[in-house]
Amino acid sequence: MSASATHRTIDAIWRIESAKLIAGLARMLRDIGLAEDLAQDALVIALERWPDTGIPDNPGAWLMTTAKRRAIDLLRRNKLRDRKYEEVGREIHAYAEDDIVGALDGEIGDDLLRLIFTTCHPVLSQEARVALTLRLLAGLTTDEIARAFLVAESTIAQRIVRAKRTLNTAQVPFEMPVAHELKERLSTVLEVIYLLFNEGYAATSGGSWVRPLLCQEALRLGRMLAEIAPSEPEVHGLVALMEIQSSRFKTRVNAKGEPILLMDQNRALWDRLLIRRGLAALERARSLGRPLGPYALQAAIAACHAQARTAEETDWARIAALYEALARAMPSPIVELNRAVAISMAFGPLFGLQLVEELTSEPMLKDYHLLPSVRGDFLFKLGRFDEARSEFARAASLTRNERERDLLLKRVAECPISE
Amino acid sequence: MRFMMIVKATKDSEAGAMPSTELIEAMMRYNEELVNAGVLVAGDGLHPSSNAIRISYPEPGGKPKVIDGPFTEAKEMIAGFTMIEVKSREEAIEWALRMPDPHGFGEGQIELRQVFEAMDLTQDPELIAKEAALRERAERLKN
Repeated sequence: MSASATHRTIDAIWRIESAKLIAGLARMLRDIGLAEDLAQDALVIALERWPDTGIPDNPGAWLMTTAKRRAIDLLRRNKLRDRKYEEVGREIHAYAEDDIVGALDGEIGDDLLRLIFTTCHPVLSQEARVALTLRLLAGLTTDEIARAFLVAESTIAQRIVRAKRTLNTAQVPFEMPVAHELKERLSTVLEVIYLLFNEGYAATSGGSWVRPLLCQEALRLGRMLAEIAPSEPEVHGLVALMEIQSSRFKTRVNAKGEPILLMDQNRALWDRLLIRRGLAALERARSLGRPLGPYALQAAIAACHAQARTAEETDWARIAALYEALARAMPSPIVELNRAVAISMAFGPLFGLQLVEELTSEPMLKDYHLLPSVRGDFLFKLGRFDEARSEFARAASLTRNERERDLLLKRVAECPISE
Repeated sequence: MRFMMIVKATKDSEAGAMPSTELIEAMMRYNEELVNAGVLVAGDGLHPSSNAIRISYPEPGGKPKVIDGPFTEAKEMIAGFTMIEVKSREEAIEWALRMPDPHGFGEGQIELRQVFEAMDLTQDPELIAKEAALRERAERLKN
């Protein structure tokens, strides 16, 4: 194997092993910053040695042993200065006698869960949570993260350094949240994953409509989380939502790179495998026997679309009912706006328009392009073209996505001019 | 990117012989590892070719020929597949190397094939869209 081929293989091994490695080290050291540094040290040693020695049979265990040796050296140099390190030192030595491979497999799920709860900790800003999660859980390089978010690499590097410092200063323990905090903390984790997914699915700015890497990473993190926290219905709900949305990935743009709306997409091109996985995840959420949360409800709505063979077969009355349940679980004017669309499809644009009129005074939607866009659509269907035209124009002036703007301007042009 | 790990058939798998308990357990542990890492998308084992059907078109434009199994040449057949979603070719190879030897007796063989996806080809929306249009045309021709 050539040196560059070995390096690419090591990258792949890092991708598979790094989260487990960092999570295991963080449990011993109770410091994720230090854990990542040591894991990185082990990676550097592997990059130096493996091109000559070949890749060991169990690279994960090799990296763990190497990182742990570095940890012991470091602790000796620090001469077990304080009690924290004294305890940590004891734990590491105790660990040394364990079967490393066994330890890697055994409690790793709990360690990974602690790790994701830490990288998504409330003391961190949303941006910091995202960057840290991608780096420590998904094993992406700062360069990959920077490219996905279209920012400079140094920005991401700084964000990660600051995030680790914040966790240190706030003395955030490497622990599972206590029972009464669990629900809220879990929702922070799910929020980070879904934010990643959406960032990839519909870029809010710039020319590119989809950024696949972020979607794929979010989906992978979600699938991972579903295995380490299997008793949480919302985890499965989120996975279901992302699987079903991903199934439409290929049909979202036309030959000119313009977005194609859900109703106009070629359903033959939807990825049946992902839809099946999504429906199975939704079933897993339902089978836990608790009321469906916001993610599972959104997944149920997405499932209605996925199960309709043609746009005309869509069960809009059921979708409207699901939106109503969603509005109760998660009150939001945006949900109301979507409910208005479903109601209009089920019972006619006049009913939709009535609901939308109530939303025009909503401060949260003041500059939200989809409100005039939806209102324009209802007016258009009712034959009130002059009003529709000005709504579409307003929507076009509010969106930040170039392709979406083009689509809206096309709708402006489609409104017949009255005599 | 998606890869299919194809486990080739052997004389044993064709004879319908069940794998050893050790191998079944090792495979289960391996599959669990794939699930835990969030990379497993689908996978199944196949019945031996004794109840398979082969449809061929020996003459261009002619009628299809339907032949019942079993078929010879075990190495040309597959015994099962596992589909994974990974970031790179190397990651796919790394996962495939971790699969237990599926047969033993020096007969185990795993083939890795990449699954066509618009996203693998490019991240350029224009090219993705072109591919979508092409597929759309193909779908229309089929109907």
